[in-house]
Amino acid sequence: MASADNPTSAEYIKHHLTNLTYGQHPDGSWGFAHSAEEAAEMGFWSIHVDSMAWSIGLGVIFLAIFRRAASRATAGVPGGLQNFVEVIVEFIDDTTESIFNHKNDLIAPLALTIFVWVFLMNLMDLVPVDWVPELAKVFGIHYMKIVPSTDPNITMAMALSVFALILYYSIKCKGVGGFLAELSFHPFPSKLLVPVNFVLEFVTLIAKPLSLGLRLFGNLYAGEMIFVLIALMFSAGIVFAMAGGVFQFVWAAFHLIVITLQAFVFAVLTIVYLAQAHDTDEH
Amino acid sequence: MNIGLTLFAQSLVFLIFVAFCMKYIWPVLKSAMTERQQAIAQGLVAAEEAERKLGEAESGAEEERAKARAEAAQIIEQARQQANQMIEDAKGNARAEGERLLEAAQAEIDQEVNRARESLRRQVAALALTGAERVLEESIDPGRHERMLERLAAEL
Repeated sequence: MASADNPTSAEYIKHHLTNLTYGQHPDGSWGFAHSAEEAAEMGFWSIHVDSMAWSIGLGVIFLAIFRRAASRATAGVPGGLQNFVEVIVEFIDDTTESIFNHKNDLIAPLALTIFVWVFLMNLMDLVPVDWVPELAKVFGIHYMKIVPSTDPNITMAMALSVFALILYYSIKCKGVGGFLAELSFHPFPSKLLVPVNFVLEFVTLIAKPLSLGLRLFGNLYAGEMIFVLIALMFSAGIVFAMAGGVFQFVWAAFHLIVITLQAFVFAVLTIVYLAQAHDTDEH
Repeated sequence: MNIGLTLFAQSLVFLIFVAFCMKYIWPVLKSAMTERQQAIAQGLVAAEEAERKLGEAESGAEEERAKARAEAAQIIEQARQQANQMIEDAKGNARAEGERLLEAAQAEIDQEVNRARESLRRQVAALALTGAERVLEESIDPGRHERMLERLAAEL
């Protein structure tokens, strides 16, 4: 923030990677953080207003579109919107059915929500990095990260929610004893090796939310970072600016695949983990 | 990049969204799609059935046509035979009638000839008698000589 009108490269990057944070200042007053340091000082009791607003907004868009399609859904000849929505629903349904062999009405809607919502959040990555922050600056908002999935809070929140479902269904389907037994006698079915098993299985279990949340965060954060770096090239002379234009296009095209894939991976892994949680007759 | 309240807020939002999707979106779309799937499946089955029935009807119609054709041919054949028969009969009748007429005409002619011959004979007899009378100057008794003259006339 030291030189907001003419920032150095480091400041520019840092600015792009700072969330709009609302919380309690160390002096006890509540308000928005005016720098990354201030945001850090707020500690746990702060909320990333931009991440929340964008993720809720995108989620509402998703639900509104799908709800609209659902309320007009007909078993007769489907219209354009219904076709579009049904393609996605069918896709998720097929994926779910091929992976998840138990009866649970939650799984498919959960996967659908994750897939579309994460995709939309990722899609914000393709909006040129300066547009929305500059627009926000006009309205006096100094920080604006528009890609919620580059905020580990957002990705981990979803991952931990899924993790909670994994634990819930593990215990529901296997019972507390069954769940603990699975952690203890797997992969080596021997009483002597229970501690080894437990450590291994516990790590496997903990790895699930981490692999979900951090994979998404890492991919999108890196992608965003590259967009920011490319954006830096635009202010470094005509040659760099033109090269930056090419890079921007190439990276955006590549990123289109990445964001779709990441959304799909998140949804599929969720289904896989929950399928494992339901598997009682394993070994 | 601080972990904070956002984590909980987002978790809450996530669960609400999932619940909404599970309650108001997924079942509605899914049931519409399943319904359509069934309708299409039924339609295909019905189409197949209709096609089968059409095939049956076509083969039935072909049979009927063949039967009708055979019947028609038979009727025509019969009619031709009948016509031939009638023509033959008519010819036979005509011939018989002709012969009969011919015979009748012949008989009449014969009769006429006989009659003519009879009258001629009579006239010749009368003429001869008259001639003889003239010659003999009434010397001949007609009653006596009539039989002789008749015999003479029959020889003509």
